[in-house]
Amino acid sequence: MNITLKLYASLANCLPAEARKNEAVIEIDANASVRDVLNAHNVPFEKCHLILINGVFSPPSSAQQARLNDGDALAVWPPVAGG
Amino acid sequence: MAWTRKILRVNLTTGTCETEPLNMEWAKKYLGQRGLGTKYLIEEIDPKVDPLSPDNKLIFATGPLTGTCASTAGRYSVITKGALTGAIACSNSGGYFGAELKFAGWDMIIFEGKAKRPVYLSIVDDKAELHSAKDLWGKSVWDTDAALKSIHQEPMMHVAAIGVAGEKGNMYACIVNDLHRAAGRSGVGTVMGSKNLKAVAVRGTQGVSVENFRAFMKATEAGKKTLQENAVTGEGLPAYGTQVLMNVINESGALPTRNFHDVQFESAHDISAEAMAEPRRSDGKPNLLANQACFSCTIACGRISKIDENHFTVVNKPEYWHASGGLEYEAAWALGAATGVKDLEALTYANFICNEQGYDPISFGSTLAAAMDMYEEGILTKKQTGGVELKFGSAEMLTQMAEMTGKCEGFGKQLALGSKRLCEKYGRAELSMSVKGQEFPAYDPRGIQGMGLAYATSNRGACHLRGYTVASEILGIPEKTDPLATDGKAGLVKAFQDATAAVDSAGLCVFTTFAWTLEDIAPQIDAACEGNWTPDTLLESGERIWNMERKFNLDAGFTGKDDSLPKRLLKDAAKTGPAKGLTSGLDKMLPEYYQVRGWNNKGVPTKETLNRLGV
Repeated sequence: MNITLKLYASLANCLPAEARKNEAVIEIDANASVRDVLNAHNVPFEKCHLILINGVFSPPSSAQQARLNDGDALAVWPPVAGG
Repeated sequence: MAWTRKILRVNLTTGTCETEPLNMEWAKKYLGQRGLGTKYLIEEIDPKVDPLSPDNKLIFATGPLTGTCASTAGRYSVITKGALTGAIACSNSGGYFGAELKFAGWDMIIFEGKAKRPVYLSIVDDKAELHSAKDLWGKSVWDTDAALKSIHQEPMMHVAAIGVAGEKGNMYACIVNDLHRAAGRSGVGTVMGSKNLKAVAVRGTQGVSVENFRAFMKATEAGKKTLQENAVTGEGLPAYGTQVLMNVINESGALPTRNFHDVQFESAHDISAEAMAEPRRSDGKPNLLANQACFSCTIACGRISKIDENHFTVVNKPEYWHASGGLEYEAAWALGAATGVKDLEALTYANFICNEQGYDPISFGSTLAAAMDMYEEGILTKKQTGGVELKFGSAEMLTQMAEMTGKCEGFGKQLALGSKRLCEKYGRAELSMSVKGQEFPAYDPRGIQGMGLAYATSNRGACHLRGYTVASEILGIPEKTDPLATDGKAGLVKAFQDATAAVDSAGLCVFTTFAWTLEDIAPQIDAACEGNWTPDTLLESGERIWNMERKFNLDAGFTGKDDSLPKRLLKDAAKTGPAKGLTSGLDKMLPEYYQVRGWNNKGVPTKETLNRLGV
């Protein structure tokens, strides 16, 4: 199945070469967890602070259990803030 | 001790400058800057005064830590009755001006009255003088800054000035210091212009003393270490600035778009921090050149940008080819997503113009968005706009309107009214996305419920910096809460509001609180100042300040009915994203908020609350 992987700020260099505007459609195994997806792209997990699945917060502590559906958007940021 | 214990009182009507001692009893209750400046204002003006009359006062106030080596300790605030809102106004700025004012030996300047003709104030240590500003009137902030350094032959001078916008009565004019740092909101620059005061130029050569030097150095070093080791303040903010939020808030479904018609902007990436750092297709260079720190700041979140010289906004205009203050998140949102414009260079140019002519990009972008809304509905036509097509998404129109609003010319004169006055003028008050007359910043209350309550109850009108629950609801700082839930938000908003009021009164930047708690801040203040400053006394001071500001607004004529949000946010559900189908749950949060505040059901602080806090 396919999902859209979005990596921002310092995580952006883990995106596949074909990525545009910080996102790429990738194929993943139907049983892959969020952690599996991030590992497959060498995303340093200790830097994954904000994980959103379709915009909804998914705690990093649950990344091993969290599963994705076809067409989902997985967006990840290191610790960031603003205002 | 960190207070200089000196106030400069400038009577613009009589042209006199006098020194008076700081009221130390008040300092020990209200700390400094926002709290203490507001206390002075409230004691000295009639809350019903017309903000633009000579009877309103304008106070520049530093905090006790301003000018010390505590990280970010360069802040000052401008306190007055706001031109835009008619409510209490307190606009906070960084850069170097605040520290320089302290080095000159002053905690505060109180301006009263109105000069017959344009003047500026120069301060060199103890010597304060009013001068004619005849040759400065009509100049931009940038030209005024250069002219004053030349006139006084003092390149180390720091200048806070209004531009043409403040002179001509733009209702959301700023006071800009150090070229691109601003006391930006509520029209504090409009009040300055109404007094015929063009600028304050300061040079200080004295230090700042602290009560217990060893304890202060220990506490500030510990504070800096915490900021450095924290991933947000040590890495995220310096590298990406506040603009990193553009994609975060858009993905979360809380990026107000096209005057809050939508909660996600399809071109958010094009105007984000990531886009600023990418080489442009046109010239291969990035928009972002570097980050920059304010005085004594170890975070350095500021953006320095350079516009592509071939971009339509600046082609053949070499005066805009230099590096200057780049886009921060709120400005990029207001000039971009709010208006539907995705041209990063055009946004940067409009932001330059806001700094050059001295007006608030948040209120400008939101007002333009409201005007676009009215144009697309057919309420405004080319006849009223002077032939301009106010369509969402037009970069050419955005930059043209920015130029005209800065000079209050053509339709820019109407945009300079602010969205509330403009929409009322055309019979569509509900299209103004504002609270108490001040335009919203960049978070949609349908997608971040706590921010709806924070906006509705903010004492200076809609504002993100009075209670930034985004930190908790989206970013998980200090702990994650659900942005779509209303339960528990009353207490969360109160906690953020009170703590922020204390930080704003100390001379520190609120961005430190992404890493620091009051446990980190209290030892720094306690070592610097007389008195016993603990996290609890700071929090109590913050709550006191909040209630004092509230009382001023009530005395000025505001009521609980003003703690509301525009109909669009209460009735029209979000169309996309996690908040799809949701409106703001303000009605669920507000009664509980009044309760946790110790206010009655009309939003009036009870006698017990005021007595407990000593207001």
